Amino acid sequence: MENQSIIKVDHLDLYAGKTHILKDINIEIPKNKLTVILGPSGCGKTTLLKCMNRLTDLTPDIKVTGNIFIGKQPVFGAKTDIVALRRKMGLLSQRPFPLPMNIYNNIAYGLKLRGKYSRTELNDLVEHYLRQVNLWEEVKDRLRSPAVRLSIGQQQRLCLARGLAVNPEIILADEPTSALDPVSSEAIEKQFAALAKDYTLVMVTHVLRQARRIADYVVFMYLGEVIEMRPAREFFEDPREEQTKKYLAGAFN
Amino acid sequence: MNISSNRRTRDKIITCLTYAAMFVVLLLPFALFIGLAFKSELLFRDHSLGQLLFSSSWRPSAGEFGFKPFIVGSLYVTLLAMIISAPICLLSAIHITQYAPARVSKVVTTAIDILAGIPSVVYGVWGMMFVVPIVSRYAAPLFGVQTTGFSILSGGVVLSIMVVPFILNILIEIYRTIPKELTEAALSLGATRWEAVRSILNRKALPGILAAVGFGFARAFGETMAVLMVVGNAIRIPESLFDQGYPLPALIANSYSELASVPEVESALMFAALILFVVVLLFNATLRWFIIKTEKY
Repeated sequence: MENQSIIKVDHLDLYAGKTHILKDINIEIPKNKLTVILGPSGCGKTTLLKCMNRLTDLTPDIKVTGNIFIGKQPVFGAKTDIVALRRKMGLLSQRPFPLPMNIYNNIAYGLKLRGKYSRTELNDLVEHYLRQVNLWEEVKDRLRSPAVRLSIGQQQRLCLARGLAVNPEIILADEPTSALDPVSSEAIEKQFAALAKDYTLVMVTHVLRQARRIADYVVFMYLGEVIEMRPAREFFEDPREEQTKKYLAGAFN
Repeated sequence: MNISSNRRTRDKIITCLTYAAMFVVLLLPFALFIGLAFKSELLFRDHSLGQLLFSSSWRPSAGEFGFKPFIVGSLYVTLLAMIISAPICLLSAIHITQYAPARVSKVVTTAIDILAGIPSVVYGVWGMMFVVPIVSRYAAPLFGVQTTGFSILSGGVVLSIMVVPFILNILIEIYRTIPKELTEAALSLGATRWEAVRSILNRKALPGILAAVGFGFARAFGETMAVLMVVGNAIRIPESLFDQGYPLPALIANSYSELASVPEVESALMFAALILFVVVLLFNATLRWFIIKTEKY
């Protein structure tokens, strides 16, 4: 890999009860690039993503062997400060889930967890992050109204801004456009392309065209295994593995 | 499109039936209220509302009907029960839904259902056997008080245990319906598990928590048998937790046999029932207002 890697998945196996969900995953995700995890539904893409900031903790009866390293820090381990580690990774889920607060506090919540800010600093930062996702003009007059009143596309951009506000190095996104209308999807995709200069993005999707449009690298998964990981152009133009060829030809859909 | 008239008729009949059923349900509280008010009317011929609610003198034979001791007794026992049970229910609902392994939460849920099904007289007997003696022997002496143990405190404790399954059941359901993604969002922003629960999940659950408290209050306020067995039933305004009290439902149950003989007593008992009804109604109406206020997220 020509780029420096920031996430290293090392012999990761995951069992939920007796089901073997992730099978010996070994990948390195390059820094400040947009890496897409691609594969048919149920192949373990989302699980792999949630391993990276250990949201798997929320699901009982999960057993993990192997490890993931963010920089040099292991994700799984008794000594891991998981709260600090999670803060390095913003998260965008399939559907937006705004915090049960007003628009302003949705951004300010993470900031307040991060440190002490004066009222003016908070105001400035909230505006900054809302501008970064092109939401400021739409919401500046109703910052105190509940975030759930926004359209779903606006909510998703708010969730992105909320994630950016804790100043992460990595953004994890789990099919972030799957619940959105085409216009909002495009807005998010454009954001992602722009963010890839300063952030490492890992995005799960099963939409081939989306991966084609924005991916720098592609991790292709099938039935819990990584089939191949390549730069996007090579992946789409010259797939090596049999399963990849089939998937690109639409065989699994 | 041609729908056979038979199917159309059936559709109409069912629609009418559902309307009728809804109408009956809506009518019930009104019927109850009107019936009670109608029967209480006799009492108002010789007494003002203020007299009835705020006088402490209860001598039916002399025609004096002051409900204050009963109202105060009811409120004390109920509030005490809610103060004890609400925090316990809230914390255990959070633990069961957020922290406990699936196996444990299944066991607890089953236990709750069993508790909810136990007849209230059983709680009463249990209270007489255990709570009353403990209050008399251990709790009261700590404060230098002598008591038989039949007291507001015993009533409140027994009542708090009785309402736990009802409140807890609702709370568990409420926390379960909060999407996991909300917790994930909070955690990914750098919140600890408790911070996520405290400021995100609890806020989301707030309207439901209020509803659960309202439901618990209504149950506790009207609970009769178990409280009657441990609370002492002395007609006086209780001044401490160790005093005996006489809640409204107990009054109705204990005076039930005299109901037919003296018209004024009958009317007074109906009025007692009316007070119960109105207090629960007002309490729930107030809570409903708060619920609507807090439901905006």
